[in-house]
Amino acid sequence: MQIFHRSTNTISRATLFGAVFLISFVLWACIEIQRSPYVTYAKVVRPQPVPFSHQHHVAGLGIDCRYCHTSVEASSFAGIPPTKTCMNCHSQIWTGAWLLEPVRESFRSGKSLVWTRVNDLPDFVYFDHSIHINKGVGCNTCHGPVDRMPLMYNYASLQMEWCLDCHRDPAKNLRPRDQVFNMRYEPPSTLKPLTLDGKQYTDQLSLGVDLVKKYNLRTVADITSCSTCHR
Amino acid sequence: MDHPSQGIVPPQPPVIEPGYTFATVTDKISSIVLTRPVSNGWLIGFGIAFLIVMILLYAVGYLFVRGVGIWGVNIPIGWGFAIVNFVWWIGIGHAGTLISAILLLLRQAWRNSINRFAEAMTIFAVACAGMFPLLHLGRPWLFYWLFPYPNTMQYWPQFRSPLVWDVFAVSTYATTSLLFWFVGLIPDLATLRDRAESRVAQIVYGILAMGWRGSARHWSRYETAYLLLAGLATPLVLSVHTVVSFDFAIGIVPGWHTTIFPPYFVAGAIYSGFAMVLILAIPIRKFYGLEDFITERHLENSAKVMLATGLIVAYGYAIEAFMGWYSGNRYDSFLLWNRLHGPYHAWYWALLSANIFFPQILWIRKLRTNPLALFLISGVILTGMWLERFIIVVVSLHRDFLNSSWGMYYPTRWDWATFIGTLGFFTACMFLFLRLLPGISIFEMRTLLPEAEVKSP
Amino acid sequence: MKENGKSSSQGACSGKKNKLMFETARQRLAETTGPEYWRSLEELAGSAQFREMIRGEFPQGASEWLDSVSRRGFLRLMGASLAMAGMTACTKQPLEPIVPYVRQPEDVVPGRPLFYATAFSLGGYASPVLVESHLYRPTKIEGNDKHPASLGGTDVFAQASILGLYDPDRSQTHLYLNQVRTWGNFVEAIRGPLHSQKAVEGSGIRILTRTVSSPSLADQLARMLELYPQAKWHVYEPINRDNVYAGAQLAFGQPVDTQYRLENADVIVSLDADFLYGGFPGITRYARDFAKRRDPDGGEMSRLYALESTPSSTGAKADHRVPMRASEIEGFARALAAALGFNPGAGTLPHEPEVRLVGAIARDLEAHRSRTVVIPGDHQSPVVHALAHAINQALGNVGNTVIYTDPVNARPVNQTASLRELVADMRAGKVDMLLILGGNPAYDAPADLGFADALKNTSVPFRLHLGLYQDETAELCQWHVSETHFLEAWGDARAYDGTVTIQQPLIAPLYDSKSAYELMALLAGQSEASGYEIVRGYWQKQHSGADFDQFWAKALHDGWVEGTTFPARQVAARPAGLPAPEDSGQGIEINFRRDPSVYDGCFANNGWLQELPRPLTKMTWDNPVLIAPKMAERLGLASEDMIALELNGNTRVAPVWIQAGHPDNAVTVFLGYGRRRAGRVGTASGFDFYPLRASGSPWFSTGLKIQKTGERYLLATTQGYQTMETPNGDTRPLVRSRSLEEYHKEPDFAQEGKPPASLTLYPGYQAQYEKEPYEWGMAIDLNACVGCNNCILACQSENNIPVVGKEQCNKGRHMHWLRVDVYYQGDRDHPQAYFQPVPCMQCENAPCELVCPVGATVHSTEGLNDMVYNRCVGTRYCSNNCPYKVRRFNFLLFQDWETPQYKMMRNPDVTVRSRGVMEKCTYCVQRISHHRIDAEREKRRIGDLELQTACQQSCPAGAITFGNINDPNSQVSRLKAKSRNYGLLEDLNTRPRTTYLAEIRNPNSELES
Repeated sequence: MQIFHRSTNTISRATLFGAVFLISFVLWACIEIQRSPYVTYAKVVRPQPVPFSHQHHVAGLGIDCRYCHTSVEASSFAGIPPTKTCMNCHSQIWTGAWLLEPVRESFRSGKSLVWTRVNDLPDFVYFDHSIHINKGVGCNTCHGPVDRMPLMYNYASLQMEWCLDCHRDPAKNLRPRDQVFNMRYEPPSTLKPLTLDGKQYTDQLSLGVDLVKKYNLRTVADITSCSTCHR
Repeated sequence: MDHPSQGIVPPQPPVIEPGYTFATVTDKISSIVLTRPVSNGWLIGFGIAFLIVMILLYAVGYLFVRGVGIWGVNIPIGWGFAIVNFVWWIGIGHAGTLISAILLLLRQAWRNSINRFAEAMTIFAVACAGMFPLLHLGRPWLFYWLFPYPNTMQYWPQFRSPLVWDVFAVSTYATTSLLFWFVGLIPDLATLRDRAESRVAQIVYGILAMGWRGSARHWSRYETAYLLLAGLATPLVLSVHTVVSFDFAIGIVPGWHTTIFPPYFVAGAIYSGFAMVLILAIPIRKFYGLEDFITERHLENSAKVMLATGLIVAYGYAIEAFMGWYSGNRYDSFLLWNRLHGPYHAWYWALLSANIFFPQILWIRKLRTNPLALFLISGVILTGMWLERFIIVVVSLHRDFLNSSWGMYYPTRWDWATFIGTLGFFTACMFLFLRLLPGISIFEMRTLLPEAEVKSP
Repeated sequence: MKENGKSSSQGACSGKKNKLMFETARQRLAETTGPEYWRSLEELAGSAQFREMIRGEFPQGASEWLDSVSRRGFLRLMGASLAMAGMTACTKQPLEPIVPYVRQPEDVVPGRPLFYATAFSLGGYASPVLVESHLYRPTKIEGNDKHPASLGGTDVFAQASILGLYDPDRSQTHLYLNQVRTWGNFVEAIRGPLHSQKAVEGSGIRILTRTVSSPSLADQLARMLELYPQAKWHVYEPINRDNVYAGAQLAFGQPVDTQYRLENADVIVSLDADFLYGGFPGITRYARDFAKRRDPDGGEMSRLYALESTPSSTGAKADHRVPMRASEIEGFARALAAALGFNPGAGTLPHEPEVRLVGAIARDLEAHRSRTVVIPGDHQSPVVHALAHAINQALGNVGNTVIYTDPVNARPVNQTASLRELVADMRAGKVDMLLILGGNPAYDAPADLGFADALKNTSVPFRLHLGLYQDETAELCQWHVSETHFLEAWGDARAYDGTVTIQQPLIAPLYDSKSAYELMALLAGQSEASGYEIVRGYWQKQHSGADFDQFWAKALHDGWVEGTTFPARQVAARPAGLPAPEDSGQGIEINFRRDPSVYDGCFANNGWLQELPRPLTKMTWDNPVLIAPKMAERLGLASEDMIALELNGNTRVAPVWIQAGHPDNAVTVFLGYGRRRAGRVGTASGFDFYPLRASGSPWFSTGLKIQKTGERYLLATTQGYQTMETPNGDTRPLVRSRSLEEYHKEPDFAQEGKPPASLTLYPGYQAQYEKEPYEWGMAIDLNACVGCNNCILACQSENNIPVVGKEQCNKGRHMHWLRVDVYYQGDRDHPQAYFQPVPCMQCENAPCELVCPVGATVHSTEGLNDMVYNRCVGTRYCSNNCPYKVRRFNFLLFQDWETPQYKMMRNPDVTVRSRGVMEKCTYCVQRISHHRIDAEREKRRIGDLELQTACQQSCPAGAITFGNINDPNSQVSRLKAKSRNYGLLEDLNTRPRTTYLAEIRNPNSELES
């Protein structure tokens, strides 16, 4: 007496075989989700009280980063401009624009604007803007083409692997200090060579290697020590 | 295949009482699962065990909510019952693998009647053991950081740490044992499938039997696979507890940092393992009337193994004590003093008598073959081995290098609940196993019958 | 300031861990209106179960700190499942707000702290401090290193005061008969009574203050008394200096303060004075000067004789420590004076061994004329003080080691008498308005005066209590005005040397509170005057000149007012003899002392202090009765036995603690515990001994009866085993110590057991750091350490270390990253005691690093043993493998994540650890990073001593030195080069980066034999 249909053989083989793929797929999916914008918010625009356009203010009007982010060179925290900074201009121009009402309201009432944090690191990570700026890491290296962001989003995943990618080889991202705030900076190439201290560079790597010396960066071992970022 | 029970001096009792045929053996064993009604004894026993499992669940739930602080652990005693139990359970597992793998390779046919449930014991014991390393974590939900997997932190586990070695050792052990056990079950599952009355049973056993038809090809493939697995499992018997012992031997804590640990842990493991085998075998053969299959011969052999391994363990203690004195190291010699006279000296003396002095009565042949006596002795040995782990973990930690940081360890009710809980879990599993699967390997028993010998070339 | 306070804390949201919406915090606090809040507290304090918890296994504190853990635990669980879903550390982060200023103040750079100078006062004496402020939230208190009275040091009370500011149990509202009232209501309510007092020249007004040293407040009070000539100003403080001033009266006919110049003293004799522990006026300066003279390698080492009625850290540092009942000290002092050749009236001669001692000390003093000092304890009898003055004068110490000045106390009256008078008036019905400005007399007044009773039962029509807490006294007054914390209010106060510090606020009052200054202004009729106007106004009067603004700015900036230091005064001793000694009687003696942690009870609700192990007993959360081992044996008592103490009619029941080195036939009890209305932390913890204290003999009296009750009581000490000798007779060289002579004979005795550098096949440990600019190390000078516990609290405050409660302490789960071990040697009646601060050793060859399965603790390139909390899974293997047991584990959720005030208090530069994570001393790595980044920006190296760890910075004795050991000229390298330098458990080859300088004692050879 036969309890199983003969197809069972095939089915059982298929199941065994399939299980392998299923499991590996699930694991793969978990890892991918972790890196996806769904988790990291990378390139995702966040709700803000005022639709402030970096594109307009930076590219359009050519305002320097430091006009608003005042403490970026001096402190770990780059600084979010107080309402006063906005009103410096907007008490003169666009004084009636309804889009700017929250700003004026804040200035009148003395109640702060409540923005949504865009580049938000976990609380156990201690990042310091001033030292990065000082060692020749450009704003848009991490923040991306801010001057082309009508609405602000964070450019990178801000995950540890992303930090390490640079900390393990800073040379590939360094630029001369005077170029740090240049949003349109392009690494030197044979077409657009770059001259620094009388030396001409045609590729980023050679430039980076020299800058590492020039700005005497700490060794890779130093800047990948845990306590560099975690305290 | 030829088997060693021939040509052995007569006085040795047989591994299976005479007068059985293939049919009767099969009947006797499979009936336990298929035809016999559920006895009240089974119901009550299982009921109690199940309740204890519920206690375990409660204790674990509360642990996850509140944190390991509900246990007695503290600074300096960072490891308490959890690790004690872990080592104890893992140790118990070893006997099963030893019986089924090593004795198979050594052609010890007598193992055929006990290997099945010994393997089951292994698996359940490893399951119990496996819980603790997870539970004792401060942040158990991050356990997977101990596995090397591609992660967004680009950070591997720290391979120098014995705890990472544990992860590999124990998981390998669990997998291999499970496979070995299952493969061993296939022919019998087929038997059950064919003899099952109810449709459900037929289907379930059928699926598990994976289409076993007992054709010659099946058998030859089966033999090869089984031998291979046995070959795989054999080194594990030695390696797993060796790695576990590294958890301590790698540390610098006086009482941990000693080279004798690996052999002495393995011996201890088998010691406690066989004790557990007896604890299980004796009631089983009684209640299911399997005295003919699990004979005095088995009991005696197990007893002999215990006696031997027990002596190795004793040697371990002796060396520890000797080194404490001979090394002249102030911390080791204090450790020795502290074990003998310190706050936990009662535990240490209990350990010595339970593991060394008391078991010596096994030299008496009468006792080796007396089930009740063996049952009691095994119980004592299991307690002793648990105490040994307690002494190693707690007593070494509670007074180490800095006098100012000495402390005491008081297990809380949650410690006990978790420990007893795992005992319940283990028992519950055993009950289910006996009810649903053949507790003794049917086809391997057949090979012990005179009929089987005819086939041997 | 208010504006700043507000907007700043909004700005605070840009900081790391302090995303606190100040407004919401305010609301939440406002919502808990007085009565309801009180009721809940009283339930906590009063209910039977609660008291059981205190007696039983869940003592007070534990319950407090573990409250609602399970709820948070469930959240953790959810976090867990989330974490498991995504196989990595960071689960999806919630959207977080970021809140900028509306108008940003100029001086603030978000992310960089500011420091302001102000003063913390205790018992009228100010400790000048610098307060670290993150976006106008004070987070940490440091000593004012420019101020002569501090030199950068603080004491435990100053360190812990910051927790007081953020204490959620502080009085948050004004009350009238337990109903919430506004300041406006109060102003209304007091107008009438004041008016009617005008008519009678204020004959019904009584003002009761604590010791006042504030010039401007004293001035306000004086003007008040002019306004109401018949009004009276009473002063009372339980830990007062009545005997000091009485002694001065005896000696000079006028009250004076005495300062000591310990850096000039070759021989110091302490007559029961604990001048090296917090609370003693000038302790920070004295500790520094004392330590300076204890360096065996530089100059002549001073010698300290300490006669003690109860073991103290001063005695522990003494070269000769003599346990002696407090009542016998006077006899000893007379004998000493006699031995020095002038007759102070027949003295009761001390016992035989002490005669030898008297001789020896006298000879030693003679030998070092004018370079010696005799220091009497505040609680010793006036006669002892007079004798000390006489001896100091006779030896020509005055001017060299002893300096007399005007009293810092603005009203040096006899405070007990003052209070007695007040109570009499109250009972006589002469008092219409009783204004209690600070203090808690209903709790801490001497029992026999019956102040509380008078307050309750006599019909004083208008009773006002101004205080930080709605405490026992507030309960008995119709009006309670909530007082501002010193970090919230303007004021001024004098340090022990008379120098005035302007007390400037660091933050706008968290609640609608008022300072004593503002209250006095109201009484004087100027209701709207702010503290700022009052204090500034006063100093404008003192310094009327065009340059006042600079003067004021400088005073605020420096932390002291130019030219206010008291000049030394010439005082002539009166020839008049001393009263003849009366026999103290031979009964059991009881000593009343301020508690080393909760002082007189005012810090009872301060978790840091409650959990701070007392210097010698290592006791936390309780105040057991100290008793000598001999005596305990006689009475068949063991530690933790409950006994009934009966003294002239009153009985208290309390547990016993056997204290080695305590004088026989005497017990010591510590005041300040057993509070009824302290708050969630302090209420009903410990035992109240004020009821035994009589106004006649406030410090010690004989005739105590002790009865064993048979009950037991659980006490939580953090160090169970207190000797270096192990039970098997071996002695471990943990604290290495020799006498000065032996040290000169064998200078490198401390090097014993040091492993040779060649012990490893790997490249030398130093080699791998040679390329590095920095290599951090620490040296702790055991000779300098006076065991004042300050480092423990400095560390706790800097590193957001949680309080765990008595139950957890008792289990050995206290969280202090830095502990001070104490070891006794020699016989139990005259033991030698040694202190040993133990932070993480930052081993080169760290056993913890090897065993962590997830690499959560690893070595940094600068030789730090990094602890990465966010990577830790909590196997506790590292702690097991740490021979120094300096690692601390969050066994439960110890950190309080909910109380909004605490969020404001935390140091934003240090991760706030949660449940299940290991933590330990990091050498203040946040400070290292901060300074390194600054230095790199300025293209320079971090200067030596520019970077200081928290424990080092506020150590009064300068015992801890941290720095770069790659630089041979750094102070730490120089110390490590000394022959006294040794590593703890060095023989394990852990290569500790923290090392110790062995302790050298300087005993009198004459007494050694």
